[in-house]
Amino acid sequence: MADRPSLVRIEKPAVAVAAAAPLPDYTPRGHDFTSLTAHISDVVLVKPTGLGWFTSFGAASLLLLLFGGAIVFLLMTGVGIWGLSVPVAWGFAITDFVWWVGIGHAGTLISAILLLLHQRWRTSINRIAEAMTIFALLCAGLFPLLHLGRPWFFYWLAPYPNTMRLWPQFRSPLVWDVFAVSTYFAVSLVFWYIGMIPDLATMRDRATSRRGRIAYGVLAMGWRNSARHWHRYESTYLLLGGLATPLVISVHSVVSADFAAAIVPGWHETVFPPYFVAGAIFSGFAMVILLCVPIRHIYKLKEFITIDHLEVMGKIVLATSLLTSFGYLSEQTLSWYGHEKVEHYVYLNRIAAFDQYAFVSWSLVFCNTVAPQILWIPRLRRNQVVLVAVSTLVLVGMWLERYMIITTSLHRDYLTSSWGMFLPTIWDFLTFFGSIGLFATAFLLFIRSAPILAMSELRAMLPGSHGTEVGR
Amino acid sequence: MKPQDSQHDSRHNSLHGLMVEFIAADQILEGTRRAWQTGYREMDAYSPYPVEGLAACLGLKKSPIPKIVFIGGLVGVSCGLFMQYYASAVDYPLNVGGRPFNSWPAYVPIGFEVLVLVAAFSAVFAMLYLNGLPRPNHPVFNVPEFKRASQDRFFLCIEASDPLFERDQTARFLLSLGPHGSVIEVPREDIGPPEQVDEPGLRGAVPEPRTTVQVGEQQT
Repeated sequence: MADRPSLVRIEKPAVAVAAAAPLPDYTPRGHDFTSLTAHISDVVLVKPTGLGWFTSFGAASLLLLLFGGAIVFLLMTGVGIWGLSVPVAWGFAITDFVWWVGIGHAGTLISAILLLLHQRWRTSINRIAEAMTIFALLCAGLFPLLHLGRPWFFYWLAPYPNTMRLWPQFRSPLVWDVFAVSTYFAVSLVFWYIGMIPDLATMRDRATSRRGRIAYGVLAMGWRNSARHWHRYESTYLLLGGLATPLVISVHSVVSADFAAAIVPGWHETVFPPYFVAGAIFSGFAMVILLCVPIRHIYKLKEFITIDHLEVMGKIVLATSLLTSFGYLSEQTLSWYGHEKVEHYVYLNRIAAFDQYAFVSWSLVFCNTVAPQILWIPRLRRNQVVLVAVSTLVLVGMWLERYMIITTSLHRDYLTSSWGMFLPTIWDFLTFFGSIGLFATAFLLFIRSAPILAMSELRAMLPGSHGTEVGR
Repeated sequence: MKPQDSQHDSRHNSLHGLMVEFIAADQILEGTRRAWQTGYREMDAYSPYPVEGLAACLGLKKSPIPKIVFIGGLVGVSCGLFMQYYASAVDYPLNVGGRPFNSWPAYVPIGFEVLVLVAAFSAVFAMLYLNGLPRPNHPVFNVPEFKRASQDRFFLCIEASDPLFERDQTARFLLSLGPHGSVIEVPREDIGPPEQVDEPGLRGAVPEPRTTVQVGEQQT
């Protein structure tokens, strides 16, 4: 009893402090239903396609063309055009695959996990992030297929009754991967599409050209904004969010099992699943920042994607940077205190400049651990130049991280007789940069043809959108 | 005589319902609630985003989609696990390092992925099926103003199929809700029952795409 008054006294100032510094509520300022709809749909329907878009599209499609050329040459010749060898049989292709899958994680995290957590800031960026996920997975999916050696037999990965009377080896993480990535792609695709249906109906109703009306009309499937439809739609959307949440965690965990289930020193780590998921979200958010900053400037969406939005993404980049760095530290510590001589050697080899890979390791530590620490400073976290610079470094760093994990582990195996080096060829680089072309081309087409912000969800955030008396 | 009668009949048959437009969310909530209290059941409210409580005003119960998704998930995980068990332990048992053929812990990841896949797609298809989508055309699209239902306006439509529906009386009721503008007739146009289409002279009798009903004073 005697404690009570003092407890109350402690509580009161805490409340007052919270009230003094209100958190941003991420509501689009100065907009009503009409202006919000017009502003976002006009980006596609009215605004002329700018010179900047054409320039970027030209560059992107040139890269895409290179990608096509590299793939054709690969199909004609074989994976020998890459720098693959024994012992390093997983080179750029698997690095690129893991990198792209990781980038794809932010989309579903934003659309599903943040939906369940009622994070209002997700509404302005979820469409962009989901599109990014789809296109990143498109790139990711190509690499393991190209790496197969005979990509035209890719369907052998699927369990189907065949004349060879064989089944995939279901105990292998590589087969889990096929299921995880294809499920993730399919679910992300329907999540994106279902989320877009009401906005496609808006585009249908606002389209000025007949072609536009037909195209958006077909895609909107006759959506008519009926309250009965919304009722089931919302339930579906929430359920998809609930299903996608464990899915997004499972996908990169399964990808990490590709490594962790092997006995290769440097791969056989129990920390891999959470460490990979954190790294995936880390690189994914970096990519979202990298896409959002130019889009909000070019398409004048600053009221929707505010500095507050960018800041909160910066915080997530910082948090996941710390998680990923903890992964690096834990790997090193465990190998240092472990009794596995070869593993100890591999980890020492990564950092101690025994060969070319130490440069890779220290670059990634700089990009992923050191550089993001600048985001502790609020003023710099709200600076778009800093955010873009850090995000770019993070993307580079995360690619290097996967490259380091794959090559350094393979090139120093248990047997000294099977030691070797990995030297990438021009085709490795062309395939990697070409895949960026595929991503950029798809993304540029997306921002000129689809509603890039979730209009129906943004409307629901406007003041008065739920009436004065909510429900009954 | 006949023309008078047939015109009245076809006019009534060719009417999908009566519609009013609202500007704010609380108006559509209040309007829908009052329509329900008055006894109208065959009606629908349209809003450019999901308005909280609007479905409840239309008397909608909990959607069955969660149950469908649960069943979808069960089917998915059963099929996923059975597929792996059948392939690895029955159809082609392969001894890998002396591990048991039915090494079920290794089947968990794929079982989970198939669960999510089937559950997600059953959610999507259940939603589309229950909503009757895709449906490229619908009488409400015959109203030009309805384009704004996907943008910034709210609509309430009481359908002619409602037992209480009586054209003039329903129009008067809708006006009493204080809508924006007047009551709009929603023509059924060419979506009518097939026997109507066969009747000669019906085309001419179908009213103009949009007519407004002048009943009493307009309230705001």
